[in-house]
Amino acid sequence: MALSRLSSSAPGSNLLKPLTSAPSLRRSFSAAADDSTPITIETSLPFTSHVCDVPSRTVETSPKELMKFFRDMALMRRMEIAADSLYKSKLIRGFCHLYDGQEAVAIGMEAAITKKDCIITAYRDHCTFLGRGGTLLQVFSELMGRQGGCSKGKGGSMHFYKKDSGFYGGHGIVGAQVPLGCGLAFAQKYSKDETVTFALYGDGAANQGQLFEALNISALWDLPAILVCENNHYGMGTAEWRAAKSPAYYKRGDYVPGLKVDGMDVFAVKQACKFAKEHALKNGPIILEMDTYRYHGHSMSDPGSTYRTRDEISGVRQERDPIERIRKLIFAHDIATEKELKDIEKEMRKEVDEAIAQAKESPMPDPSELFTNVYVKGYGVESYGPDRKEVRAVLP
Amino acid sequence: MGRSSVMSRSRLMNWASHTRRSRSHQYQQAFSTSSETGKSLNLYSAINQALHIALETDPRTYVFGEDVGFGGVFRCTTGLADRFGKKRVFNTPLCEQGIVGFGIGLAAMGNRAVAEIQFADYIFPAFDQIVNEAAKFRYRSGNQFNCGGLTIRAPYGAVGHGGHYHSQSPEAFFCHAPGIKVVIPRSPRQAKGLLLSCIRDPNPVVFFEPKWLYRLSVEEVPEHDFMLPLSEAEVIREGNDITLVGWGAQLSVMEQACLDAEKDGISCELIDLRTLIPWDKDTVEASVKKTGRLLISHEAPVTGGFGAEIAASIVESCFLRLEAPVSRVCGLDTPFPLVFEPFYMPTKNKILDAIKTTVNY
Ligand SMILES: Cc1ncc(C[n+]2csc(CCOP(=O)(O)OP(=O)(O)O)c2C)c(N)n1
Ligand SMILES: [Mg+2]
Repeated sequence: MALSRLSSSAPGSNLLKPLTSAPSLRRSFSAAADDSTPITIETSLPFTSHVCDVPSRTVETSPKELMKFFRDMALMRRMEIAADSLYKSKLIRGFCHLYDGQEAVAIGMEAAITKKDCIITAYRDHCTFLGRGGTLLQVFSELMGRQGGCSKGKGGSMHFYKKDSGFYGGHGIVGAQVPLGCGLAFAQKYSKDETVTFALYGDGAANQGQLFEALNISALWDLPAILVCENNHYGMGTAEWRAAKSPAYYKRGDYVPGLKVDGMDVFAVKQACKFAKEHALKNGPIILEMDTYRYHGHSMSDPGSTYRTRDEISGVRQERDPIERIRKLIFAHDIATEKELKDIEKEMRKEVDEAIAQAKESPMPDPSELFTNVYVKGYGVESYGPDRKEVRAVLP
Repeated sequence: MGRSSVMSRSRLMNWASHTRRSRSHQYQQAFSTSSETGKSLNLYSAINQALHIALETDPRTYVFGEDVGFGGVFRCTTGLADRFGKKRVFNTPLCEQGIVGFGIGLAAMGNRAVAEIQFADYIFPAFDQIVNEAAKFRYRSGNQFNCGGLTIRAPYGAVGHGGHYHSQSPEAFFCHAPGIKVVIPRSPRQAKGLLLSCIRDPNPVVFFEPKWLYRLSVEEVPEHDFMLPLSEAEVIREGNDITLVGWGAQLSVMEQACLDAEKDGISCELIDLRTLIPWDKDTVEASVKKTGRLLISHEAPVTGGFGAEIAASIVESCFLRLEAPVSRVCGLDTPFPLVFEPFYMPTKNKILDAIKTTVNY
């Protein structure tokens, strides 16, 4: 239950206490949330493969899972929209990249794996962190550079981490996280605990030399590495076809098998990730190209409308939106009413607002934090600055 | 200044006949005529003008980088693709090592390759190409080959809230690689004149642009084609009590400190180094011999920063004239922080404080 720990404690309670340990106060609003009766559905599209079998399109789900997917994705969507307004009101500084539109990738992936598996991604990391069990309070505190953040306020939007559930974060240099993911996978293989690493990167990043280095070493050493290309079709303002001779990213591994997956369908993502994990444990690396879409611009300084048409964006929203897909399935199987789903969305909104209010109460890091974590305490050379006033540089 | 055979062969490169003296002359001219013919421009527009001129005056000039065809994230390349065509101004994939390597090859064939790295923070994937290929191509081939036509432009430095990967000042890394030049302008007019010199200089150059000033800094910039000399520092403010040396965006901060120090009766001489390697020791030395005191300020972390090199050289040559230890007011020895940027930065007050300490030593 990736997001079950998200429910916030009452406002005014111990603000800095990570909410991960708070018991869930939310009660299921309807019986559906606990109903595990199997429902059989088909993924939106068949999978396309490169030098490997294809997983079945037929998947089994339940009212419980459908409701959970709906709730979790609605929460992510709301969180990102709230981050947008916080940024515009200058409460978030630095660079901020939003994930709305791509939620099904984070949710589907989590549904197929465990927290012993590792995930490593780039800077568009808020929702991946939430999926790994991070809390809204940690998200908003980190975004606003507060002590209560998942990186103690020192990382900001691009640098979310969660060690206890294998989330290796949050990397700012395009492509850099992928070879790191191979290192994680090597260590996992060595420890023989049947776990794998999902290394996520974008369609733009796919053109970095490091990607090809990572592919080769992961195949050479049969690493349990799953290279997930989140293809949202743009790298900043550059459409995929302008930057890639072959935008079929799932085939880019040549000798590494690949699958093309509808990244807007959470069930397709889940199915592909399950398949990939099994494959990777037996045979080594595999690429999953997730065909997805970001609704927002690249970052907050990009309106996102100069290099693509408004029709394109609204077309995706209407035809392929990952949340709407689940909403329709819920209606089709008579699991909840329109009003009930609207109520969930309202509830998510409230949770987000409460988390923001709490995060605002979280203090800024202590100025001495400027100097900590450069080296291990006691192992570094003395780090000093020219300052004679603002910071007494007595260093930890 | 040595000129490669590739370049002197080209009929088109009339610029190549400029001697250092004639360039100085143009620079003087630029200054004396600027107020009459100049138009008010901000820094990114001045860069844009320089690129227009570079492409216009030499058909073997190319401009490329990530999203450059659309104008680039800072709008520096706006209009270039429309004007000069997509064969000369083009987007590259997201691959810095490839961008610079490609630029070296293009330049080796006698072209002017102007590569943009979107942020100086992203120059590191290309570090190997710059340090091992660009810097040493001429030397190790016994002057058969070179990539003198290569200029790498990259926005550097703090912007107030850029965080770890949109704020760094990596100039010192490149100052440790003989064979390339490192140039940093402080204002629109300087940016235009220096960039044109860099593009036309027969050596590979890394040109760092102060992104904080892209829109902020506005001054009169001559519209015509002019160049400012490389490896010539400029005394931008004369004084007797202490010499301050800096480059890029830091100069405006230092200038403020000089004005405040003046109120306390301290007369500061402020020098813009402009080219970091090969740097103009003579100008700095002459100034320190006059004032007896030196302060260097840069945004990059203090340890191993280029300030250290200046300090060591000046102590060697002006030891007996120094009346106080050389002072460095720089970034702290930490990664560039997201929060507490003002603590990290060599702010005006820190500089002012150091000026007083040095003068009262
Ligand atoms: C080495 C490097 N070069 C350039 C950048 C600037 N940059 C940040 S994100 C980005 C586009 C990446 O696109 P993609 O990989 O498709 O990921 P998306 O943003 O679409 O999730 C660029 C060029 C960077 N962060 N690192
Ligand atoms: Mg992309």
